[in-house]
Amino acid sequence: MRASFSHVFNVPALVTEVPMRGCSKKGVVETKFGSLMNFTKGGVQSISVNPKHYVFSNVFEVASQSKPYERVAVGRNLNYVLEAVRSEGTSPWYAANHDEAAIVMDGEVEVHLIQPDDFLLPVGKEGAVALAREPKGQRMGWMKIHRGHMALLPKGAAYQFHGAAPGVLLIQSIKGECTVEKWAKICQTR
Amino acid sequence: MSLAPLTQVRNKAVNPPANKLVSKLVNKQGYQSFQIGQFKFERDEYFAHILYPGNRHIVPIEAFLRALMRDIAWGFFYGTVNFDRVFGTINHYGTVEMFVGLNNTAYRSVHKEYVETFSSKDLKRVFEAVIEDWTNAEFDPFGAPAETGNAYGLKQGDNLKAVQRQRLSAKRMVGLPGDLKMRTEEDGFPVNRAFADVPQDKPELHPAPGFEGQVYAVNLFAHLSRSDVTWNPSVVSVVRDSLLCATTEEFVLPVIHGNDRVEWLVQFSDEIIWDVEDKITGMPACKVIMKPGDVAAMPADIRHCGYSPKRSMLLMWENNDGTLPHRHASGELAPYPVEF
Ligand SMILES: [Fe+2]
Repeated sequence: MRASFSHVFNVPALVTEVPMRGCSKKGVVETKFGSLMNFTKGGVQSISVNPKHYVFSNVFEVASQSKPYERVAVGRNLNYVLEAVRSEGTSPWYAANHDEAAIVMDGEVEVHLIQPDDFLLPVGKEGAVALAREPKGQRMGWMKIHRGHMALLPKGAAYQFHGAAPGVLLIQSIKGECTVEKWAKICQTR
Repeated sequence: MSLAPLTQVRNKAVNPPANKLVSKLVNKQGYQSFQIGQFKFERDEYFAHILYPGNRHIVPIEAFLRALMRDIAWGFFYGTVNFDRVFGTINHYGTVEMFVGLNNTAYRSVHKEYVETFSSKDLKRVFEAVIEDWTNAEFDPFGAPAETGNAYGLKQGDNLKAVQRQRLSAKRMVGLPGDLKMRTEEDGFPVNRAFADVPQDKPELHPAPGFEGQVYAVNLFAHLSRSDVTWNPSVVSVVRDSLLCATTEEFVLPVIHGNDRVEWLVQFSDEIIWDVEDKITGMPACKVIMKPGDVAAMPADIRHCGYSPKRSMLLMWENNDGTLPHRHASGELAPYPVEF
């Protein structure tokens, strides 16, 4: 007869039901995502380094402390950036000379797109530019995206976000005039 | 601790002629042995034996195949792929160094390291031959331990379908017409057991006529929930050299990855714990605990290994600029990305 571990050591078994290999049932699984209202931060536990070098932040915490549509850099690799954005209400119209991508980390947002015919961004201009008003041009359409969705913000198009309730976007872009860098405020420093 | 300069202690060999790359000998366990340059690879029921001038290094076969699979699939990746604390490869983008003891303080202090340089093409061909022959029918080196069978024992069939998976890289964004396809049920990508609760809905798209490919969004988390591989980033969005590489992780990263540039991590779901060490000496640097929404940079002078207790979704953000390794190595760029 085989004794179980828990029997031998007289402690409660950790696993009472062994799931079948490779097929846990729906309802048993819990995939944990974060949100503006509910996030827990990890962190850098230093042994021999300066934690600042790991530029550690959390997009939900950053967005919880941001003004609507403030494009706060949470990652920078030379000129490339990842921006954490609190989507709430209606954003300015933006345009960029290169593709950008927006991943919804929390909430739901509409993206409206226009192919502008009343302006051209200067050649070589990098990053998103906030336009003073809605551009004239052909309406390209719109999309409604929520958590887990990734939208293309195509090169040359003007785009505007609208979120009925606060949400969080992560935008892949290049550092530009809208990019806000406040690393000391958002990152683990010790 | 400082180490002897590399140039004084490396044993460099010239590339072998191409016809000497692979020798087809089958041992009594049924496995072929392979040779490239002065390196010989043999396997038995439990171990990979790496023979090189002067000695032999041994790696348990499951760990070896998992690491080898990543090295092949990533095209030797960015920087160093340490299979363990002794053996690995360094990518020089066109050529690859294969080494024993190079990133190991003890080996280096007594000049016991061994390094050879190969053309990437030649080494990839040998590595592919090794993984095809040494992977038995029931083992998938990309699979989480709970999802795959036994890597050990006598030669028993093969699993070419698993080890010949194509590398997935979007040119602009996953799902766009003509670009990398989204994973679907019909194409043989069921939702993974660990992501059974991840919503599978699609974005609501209202393109005006003619703008179908531009008013575009995908369900990235659904795409990830259907990933049949672990620790295998694939490019899902591209802005010039900025690559968003999304991946699902479970159990242990099968290699200790040594950076040759800064890479960034964004935890999408669940939790990964990273052990970070000095890239060359292996001295412990820190642990990085990453929970949903956490963002962290991995500096250019570290190596790291990750642990994911539950299958998790991770975004690795890479800069594909080919000048970076040299600019970091020369000191032009600091190892960390932001000064504040
Ligand atoms: Fe890495």
